[in-house]
Amino acid sequence: MRGIEIGFPGVKALDGVDFRLLPGEVHALMGENGAGKSTLIKALTGVYPIDAGTVVVGGRDAVFAAPADAQAAGIATVYQEVNLCPNLTVAENILLGREPRRAGRIDRRAMRRRTRELLASLHLDLDPDSLLGDHPLAAQQLVAIARAVDVDAAALVLDEPTSSLDAREVEELFRVVRDLRDRGVAVLFVSHFLEQVYAIADRATILRNGKLVGEYRIAELPRVEMVAKMIGRELAELEDLDRAPAAPVEGAAPLLAATGIGRTGAIAPADLAVRPGEVVGLAGLLGSGRTELVRLLFGADRADSGEIVVDGQAVALRSPLAAIARGIAYCAEDRKADGVVGDLSVRENLVLALQARRGWARRLPRRTADALVERWIAALDIRPADPEALIRNLSGGNQQKCLLARWLITEPRLLILDEPTRGIDIGAKTQIQKLVADLSGDGMAVVFVSAELEEVLRLSDRVAVLRDRHKIAELTRAEASTGRVMELIASGDSNA
Amino acid sequence: MPESMREALRAPLLRPVAALLALLLLNLLLNPGFFALRVDDGHLYGSVIDVLKNGAPTALIALGMTLVVATRGIDLSVGATVAIAGSVACSWIATSPDPTAPGAAVAGALIALGLALLLGAWNGLLVSVFGIQPIIATLVLMTAGRGIAQLVTDGQIITVDNPLFGELGGGYLVGLPVAVVLTAVVFAVVALVVRRTALGMLLEAVGINPAASRLAGVRARGIIWGGYVFTALCAGVAGLLISSNVTAADANNAGLWIELDAILAVVVGGTLLSGGRFSISGTLVGALILQTLTTTVYTMGIPPEVTLVFKAAVIIVVCLAQSPKIRALRRRSAAPPIAPAEPAREEAHVR
Repeated sequence: MRGIEIGFPGVKALDGVDFRLLPGEVHALMGENGAGKSTLIKALTGVYPIDAGTVVVGGRDAVFAAPADAQAAGIATVYQEVNLCPNLTVAENILLGREPRRAGRIDRRAMRRRTRELLASLHLDLDPDSLLGDHPLAAQQLVAIARAVDVDAAALVLDEPTSSLDAREVEELFRVVRDLRDRGVAVLFVSHFLEQVYAIADRATILRNGKLVGEYRIAELPRVEMVAKMIGRELAELEDLDRAPAAPVEGAAPLLAATGIGRTGAIAPADLAVRPGEVVGLAGLLGSGRTELVRLLFGADRADSGEIVVDGQAVALRSPLAAIARGIAYCAEDRKADGVVGDLSVRENLVLALQARRGWARRLPRRTADALVERWIAALDIRPADPEALIRNLSGGNQQKCLLARWLITEPRLLILDEPTRGIDIGAKTQIQKLVADLSGDGMAVVFVSAELEEVLRLSDRVAVLRDRHKIAELTRAEASTGRVMELIASGDSNA
Repeated sequence: MPESMREALRAPLLRPVAALLALLLLNLLLNPGFFALRVDDGHLYGSVIDVLKNGAPTALIALGMTLVVATRGIDLSVGATVAIAGSVACSWIATSPDPTAPGAAVAGALIALGLALLLGAWNGLLVSVFGIQPIIATLVLMTAGRGIAQLVTDGQIITVDNPLFGELGGGYLVGLPVAVVLTAVVFAVVALVVRRTALGMLLEAVGINPAASRLAGVRARGIIWGGYVFTALCAGVAGLLISSNVTAADANNAGLWIELDAILAVVVGGTLLSGGRFSISGTLVGALILQTLTTTVYTMGIPPEVTLVFKAAVIIVVCLAQSPKIRALRRRSAAPPIAPAEPAREEAHVR
């Protein structure tokens, strides 16, 4: 296998990306969510047809119309979720679909023998006759790899293989991966965990916004630079940026103070406090636990540890409604799935949260609703300025403004914004940033989550940094420079 | 009622209303006396009255079904609830000390409705709390419910001879059959409640995007639960109407396949099974179309064994007319569309 090149000019998902995978190496594919990692993998494994560009496998042009074509070319994939049959045995799973046969019947003995040989070659100690479902997830993952390797794979694609494994299990997985690499298999490793990438990978390809940033040798690429390349800013360039003057922070008591709130599997226990008139930024890579943390503050998920105090009173936020009743508002990260109600009008979307707080029986009088809607459409410059337009026909930026208006109509005291500027044009983005500054100037407490470091730093009075589902630091405005935060995000082995 | 909402309802209603008018016209051609009404003893009689009366139970159930469908749900158990309600009411009346007393009828009806509410609460619990798919959750009661009804009646057809109970299905009020008046009142009340309060909007929000609605503070769980309870109540009332009409409880056949007719009425009325926007007046028209269709089949002298096939043909046409592919085809052929541009609905459902 000499190399793979894939290009997709004209398509946003992947724009003219070159990529090569060499035998006997572990290659990491890096990038933020939406950078095009999954698309690239899916093109490589034949799930998506490619629009343009060429794939070369082992020196020959290849066309993957279906996953089977990619498999035939020796590319095997193990996905994040194990997709094997837990109710079959280990041997049956490994040889499913290509069972050794004798006289038309499955040769159980040969099956067992082949499985045992295969597992032994990977130094795995598993009983071929045990049920797959009886093994822990990590072992199932290794069985999935064994199954993939049995097809005489020249290349093995591991998509987020460690996301549900603990440290010891990761080590076991890495041992197998190294074995395979030494046998000359090309391994493509995709993970959000920087540390793991540095532990296992020889080389990395970094993608951003569907474009190739570059291919680097891991040993020659410091972590801070890797993060900078993924996020898309050069360190030096960022540090020169002007920052808006600091908003006045009153020495007032916190509006909301959370101590040790966490949720197993989502976010390790963390503290966070917000005072009126203060903007608290949450920085960290995607998947670092930012969204998980703010969802706990809003009652969207229930915390299984810790305590939340609002106005000096401990409260149990059992549902979003309970949080709304306390003056908390949450603009969700996924606008389409968790925000807009597409087939309702702009007017209905704007009054939804206020109406929900009033309950179904106390309908917001039409005249009040119209006045509110008209005021906020004008205030946020929502276009088209038509309350009866269906919200799904609006552009992303205008939908986002509608959602902001939905919450501002409830006159919240704490506004939680999760990626409010993602995927919207630069004009709307600036408007929203300015709005956040104005609101906090008027005394509203704001929690601001964004993958764009620059934006977080410019708006926030304090910045909490998250990595690998842990809150690892909290910096004041004076301490929080881009370089400092990036170092924290990229910093080495911690208690993760 | 807000002007915009009226407009929104008016346009999609066009097609079902046109279908209903066409059917009525066909009947008039086949039977010139179709619209003839005759007053007898202060009561109205005529084919149209028959359509209304016979269609009342289905219309009632379809009303509840509309709200459930609006939340992306479906309730297959209504037919079984009809059978249970009828069986319980009739058994109670038949075994009471004086089976002809008004008190026995009232008690029997109330117990039946109470039980219907319980059944609805069960469905709602399965769907909204345990998150079981509505079609599966209500399938449980659809199959088990008829068995319960048979247990109640001991597998027998229980006949009752109670004047007050008989009034429900056979009596008249202000010149119209009681069943028709009752159904009309329930429709009017629900239409009013849904549009005068915020319930309609919240129902639609839950149906269109449950996750977003919950995050906006909507009590999605309670709203969905309420839909199933109300639907079961409608089915209970329908069960009383049906058993009263024949003064007997037939656990095997009462309300058999009525859930399918009700779902059909909802769909024909323009409410999409994918949830969200719903139309109560559309459902009423849909139920009337179905009943008129049945009547038409009889007036045309089509043999009963062909009836279902004939119905099926009509339904297929209606469903095809609603399919996105066909609509896209028509939009392409009919150059400037009259309706405001309607971006592909599928888009919203992809995720």
